[in-house]
Amino acid sequence: MLELSGVEAGYGSVRVLKGVSLRVGPGEAVALIGANGAGKTTTLRVVHGLLEPSAGQVRFRGSTLAGVPTEARVALGMGHVPEGRQVFSRLTVRENLRLGAYTRRDAAGVREDLERVLEVFPRLRERLRQKGGTLSGGEQQMLAMGRALMGRPSLLLLDEPSMGLAPLVVEQIFRVIAEIHRAGTAVLLVEQNAYLALELCSRAYVLTTGSVVAEGAARDLLVREEIRAAYLGG
Amino acid sequence: MSGAEVLAQQLVNGLTLGSVIALVAIGYTMVYGIIGLINFAHGDLYMLGAFAALSLIGVSGLAPGDGAAATWGTLAWVLVLVMAFTGGLNVLIERWAYRPLRRAQPLAPLITAIGVSFILQNLGMLWGALPLEVMGTNAVAPKSFPDLIPRVDLLSRMGLATGVRVTTKDLFVMGLTVPLMLGLHLFVTRTRLGTAMRATSQNREAARMVGIPADRVIAVTFLIGGALAGAGALVRGLFFNTIVFNMGYGAGLQAFTAAVVGGIGSIPGAMLGGLLIGLISALSDHLISARWTPAVLFLILIAVLVFRPRGLLGDPTGQKA
Ligand SMILES: Nc1ncnc2c1ncn2[C@@H]1O[C@H](COP(=O)(O)OP(=O)(O)OP(=O)(O)O)[C@@H](O)[C@H]1O
Ligand SMILES: [Mg+2]
Repeated sequence: MLELSGVEAGYGSVRVLKGVSLRVGPGEAVALIGANGAGKTTTLRVVHGLLEPSAGQVRFRGSTLAGVPTEARVALGMGHVPEGRQVFSRLTVRENLRLGAYTRRDAAGVREDLERVLEVFPRLRERLRQKGGTLSGGEQQMLAMGRALMGRPSLLLLDEPSMGLAPLVVEQIFRVIAEIHRAGTAVLLVEQNAYLALELCSRAYVLTTGSVVAEGAARDLLVREEIRAAYLGG
Repeated sequence: MSGAEVLAQQLVNGLTLGSVIALVAIGYTMVYGIIGLINFAHGDLYMLGAFAALSLIGVSGLAPGDGAAATWGTLAWVLVLVMAFTGGLNVLIERWAYRPLRRAQPLAPLITAIGVSFILQNLGMLWGALPLEVMGTNAVAPKSFPDLIPRVDLLSRMGLATGVRVTTKDLFVMGLTVPLMLGLHLFVTRTRLGTAMRATSQNREAARMVGIPADRVIAVTFLIGGALAGAGALVRGLFFNTIVFNMGYGAGLQAFTAAVVGGIGSIPGAMLGGLLIGLISALSDHLISARWTPAVLFLILIAVLVFRPRGLLGDPTGQKA
């Protein structure tokens, strides 16, 4: 479904990714873990076309994405729940959600999906007319996820969905991610809480300063000493 | 004329002038909102709009005293063409001058805008040298704009004997500017593209993430801002009946001040700011002296920037609207 090979990217003269290769199969859930500043967010930005790689290739559903703008990648089925949520703070919850379906033309399907998102996140239904910026952190995370789901993605990019949230909310968010995954959507999950990530995902990549240093089945990584020490808090 | 009548007359004049200022101010505020650029060339685009309007009227042969049907029919076409011209030119300017600098440091597009302003002013001078009757013989001299709208006093027609004159000309200005602003408001708040525009100005990266083609939305913003400046230019020409190649500077200062007073980035703010600056200019023209009005506006601009940088309706968090 998604395949990165030898991707290099950076900001100005700063090299951040130094040859990242990874793969997400159709319907697969894959975790990307690593320390702060390792380049996880940068990897997702390259995948979504927000940053052009200086070398290497990104392939999605069988074709290369070189030069394909982000809006076309959304239309191809990529959804992105970004780091820090990035909801439109002065648009209403309803406007935020509707914009998630910006590339779609099937009005009936969009209405259906809106209803489904509001069933998954009933809190959003109560706040449809409220401005995005007035929501709590957990509600904003739900809104960011709902917005991405409105695009009917076949691959969902999630960047630290648990950041700054109370354990109960984190649990709810991860339950929803698991449901989405079970329904057949592929997931590429960046997460500081590696236990959570490895519980949900079947495979994982460990990123250190822009390079993949380990990869494999989640349960194998969970028991590897050096990874436990470095990323799972011992 | 009593003091109250004088004041009321200045209010009428101020509102009329203010609605034209508002049309130009919207162009500053929308562009600032979406790419964070103070587009110094906007006043000069407005000037070129006035030259285009004068040329089109010259070519059409429309003259004062022609019948109402001929006048309105021709002016409707001139309006459409002028709006298309300034809107289209603004899109090209964005495409060639500002878009290549999207990732450059903020000073680069700002300086570029000043350069574009000079280029447009020089185009205005060249335009004034075209062998058209309406341009006269001196390229850089002010051009007289035909007085096509009759000035009929409506209040005395209705039998109200006051010293205040509300003329068909005032009505014409309002009748054109108010629907344009209402239409813009509905477009921005009610349509899919308008919502995408607000989203892009709030958070361009998030807008791209949901699949909004940010570059196209930015181009549409320049198109609308430019088209409204063109409408304002035609209205102004018909109202004041004189245009000149360097009029963009003063008009730009007025409109930019209006945008800042209203809260730069806010469209309703630009409308409110336009009306306020129109009123203040009219009162200053009358109570102080027209020669001092630019100084008064500068003072207001500085005072707002120092004491309330977000203006009247700007976003309290300091983000762009
Ligand atoms: N816009 C930018 N300009 C310059 N450098 C940047 C920019 N964004 C990120 N970087 C740098 O790139 C490196 C990788 O950043 P990135 O955000 O991808 O890390 P991350 O793995 O997501 O970290 P975290 O876990 O803290 O979110 C960091 O050193 C960061 O300072
Ligand atoms: Mg990150």
